[in-house]
Amino acid sequence: MGNPASLAAPDFYHVKTKHGGILGWILSTDHKRIGILYFVSMMVFFSIAVVIGFLMRLEMLSPGRTIVEPQTYNTFFTLHGIMMIFLFIIPGLPAVFGNFMLPLMIGAKDVFFPRLNLLSWWLFVTGGILALVSLFLPGGAADTGWTFYVPYSIRTSTNVIPAMVAAFILGFSSILTGLNFITTIHRMRAPGMDWFKMPLFVWALYSTAWVQVLATPIIGITLLLVVVERVFGVGIFDPTLGGDPVLYQHLFWIYSHPAVYIMILPGLGVVSEIIPVFARRTIFGYKFIAYSSVAIALFGSLVWAHHMFTVGMSNTGMFIFSLLTFLVSIPSAIKIFNWVATLYKGSIELEAPLLFILSFIIQFSIGGFTGLMLGVLAINIHVQDTYFVVGHFHYVMFGGTGFALFGAMHYWFPKMFGRMYAKKPAVISWLLVTIGFNVLYMPFLVMGYMGMPRRYYDYLPEFQVYHVISTVGSWILIAGLLIMFVNLLVALRRGSPAPANPWGGETLEWTVASPPPLENFHTIPAITTGPYDYSKYEKIPAEVM
Amino acid sequence: MSTQASAAVAEEHAHRDDVGSKIGIWLFLFTELILFGGMFIVYAVYRFAHPAEFHLAAIELDTFVGTVNTIILLTSSLTVALSIRAIQDGRTSLSLLLVGLTQVLAAAFLVNKYFEWSHKFSLGIYPRSPEMLNRPSGEILYFGLYFTMTGLHALHVIIGMAILGFMMVSIARGTINRTSHVRLEAGGLYWHLVDIIWIFLFPLFYLLH
Repeated sequence: MGNPASLAAPDFYHVKTKHGGILGWILSTDHKRIGILYFVSMMVFFSIAVVIGFLMRLEMLSPGRTIVEPQTYNTFFTLHGIMMIFLFIIPGLPAVFGNFMLPLMIGAKDVFFPRLNLLSWWLFVTGGILALVSLFLPGGAADTGWTFYVPYSIRTSTNVIPAMVAAFILGFSSILTGLNFITTIHRMRAPGMDWFKMPLFVWALYSTAWVQVLATPIIGITLLLVVVERVFGVGIFDPTLGGDPVLYQHLFWIYSHPAVYIMILPGLGVVSEIIPVFARRTIFGYKFIAYSSVAIALFGSLVWAHHMFTVGMSNTGMFIFSLLTFLVSIPSAIKIFNWVATLYKGSIELEAPLLFILSFIIQFSIGGFTGLMLGVLAINIHVQDTYFVVGHFHYVMFGGTGFALFGAMHYWFPKMFGRMYAKKPAVISWLLVTIGFNVLYMPFLVMGYMGMPRRYYDYLPEFQVYHVISTVGSWILIAGLLIMFVNLLVALRRGSPAPANPWGGETLEWTVASPPPLENFHTIPAITTGPYDYSKYEKIPAEVM
Repeated sequence: MSTQASAAVAEEHAHRDDVGSKIGIWLFLFTELILFGGMFIVYAVYRFAHPAEFHLAAIELDTFVGTVNTIILLTSSLTVALSIRAIQDGRTSLSLLLVGLTQVLAAAFLVNKYFEWSHKFSLGIYPRSPEMLNRPSGEILYFGLYFTMTGLHALHVIIGMAILGFMMVSIARGTINRTSHVRLEAGGLYWHLVDIIWIFLFPLFYLLH
């Protein structure tokens, strides 16, 4: 495939591999191939979870039975949660775009432990398949919610153990990815790239990786203890044997709260990449953004008990956890201010990636503010376990990380696949997804505040209007998602070849061909300036306009 | 660092960076420590809630067997450390012998553990036994934690033995040698982790009274 006219090596899709066909992919240790593997497998799980979410919304269209039985609804929200969290949004940005872009962005040929990287993907797929298989085993799919709270998770006859083992394996995969990234960032930066010349996405991945490494083992041991409890009845969390179910909740959230920062931090990193490129400006307050990632990782690890204000805790404990929760908002707000300041007086190009990021900023702010409301002790007791919490969570995770992921997809698509996508459908999909998302989740906040409890199969008639609006929103959202993915899939076949640097980005991944050659860099570049030096650029290069 | 070597053939060697490898293994050891840390939190909470019952239950453990096992594990850490020193000096067969000795000590630890546990079972002390269910909840929790934590530790001993087994193969084949021994150091570090977890388990379960 090598073009004799160009001195460039063949791209990584066309390079000759040891094994042919599918084996050349699933046994490849090339970080770019592993990134694509993650992308494909994650999108499969994501689509299934979206369909489950869509069915849940359909069920809630009217009070009482609409399409499924209550037990089925219970397994729906459990699986939607497990799949979206453990199979989509936690691996999400780091496993796909981190794997693909991290070595490119720091001027390295691969991650530090390429084989371990492949093992992470294998574990990810194993965990994902196990979670799916647990659906069809006798006993029925797990119905505990993704939180697996005891004592119900000890008592229920459904397949909790396969679901928990799946989560355990996925956690192990996440740990290995984190470990790999930390080592890569420490040891493999190109000569001259000191810590403050790293792109901000790399900073975000670095903070995320530390949370992955330090928090995930706790969920591992906690789930393992519940499995041991179910199999042997040792009595660690079972109250009839003297165990303490609240202790389970503490251990669960010691991981699962930091986990939401595993989910959001890479998204914040993506925003910091995309904004300077499409505003043609150096990022405002680089160091503040970099340090705020670390601060979020640090504070975010100390606020877990704010999920448990109603289960019984000392007033001092509640006060401290509430205060720490408020502190997390400071570094988050610093980022928002810096992004907006970067846009200010920039030469803004309203391309699809930036549009997704603008939605991100607004939706993430709404998610953040409702998060602060939840951190207020008095309000928390009023809205605990209502749709308000669910709405807040989706505003941060879907409105935030999900949109960042869509933005990243549209931003890095040309680099990853070497094709340009059609811009008009991308913008239309952005519009539909944004409208659909807000129509879907804004009513959650309203009816939650009015008292609609989460996870309930049935509801009082006065909530129906909100449920109907919300369900209609889910249809708009699905339509937008379909257009988005069809557009990108069509671009894979028919898109025009992408130049090396279609957006005029200044980070290193744009200096290599699209798609990149196997070894990434012919010669490892030497770094002399920071990552967002826009003094040279006026407009996006004409050839792609 | 030989970053200039860009030929794909030399990839394996171009990537060699022992410091980076050690960062990786240390990070992995952190995760293991935190994994056990979760259990130590559970232990701390329940011991704080039931101090007297933990004390009573601990009398039933055999301090002698626990002490013997502690000595065995500490000695095995010494032998694995010496094996690294030996390979650095180029004394391959001595290194192989020392890792082998570590394996023997690890097996001895597990044999002791096996007899200790079966003795407990014969006394009716195991989860959900009629004997256990008659006891106060603090004792149920103590023995539940005892079996879970020492059981998970024993699992790590077995994993450690498997790792050391691979190391022995590599030493015999010469892929771990005088100039390239970071993998043996990593295996040794893992073995020390197994050891240090026991160092905490031993007083917390055996030396309470």
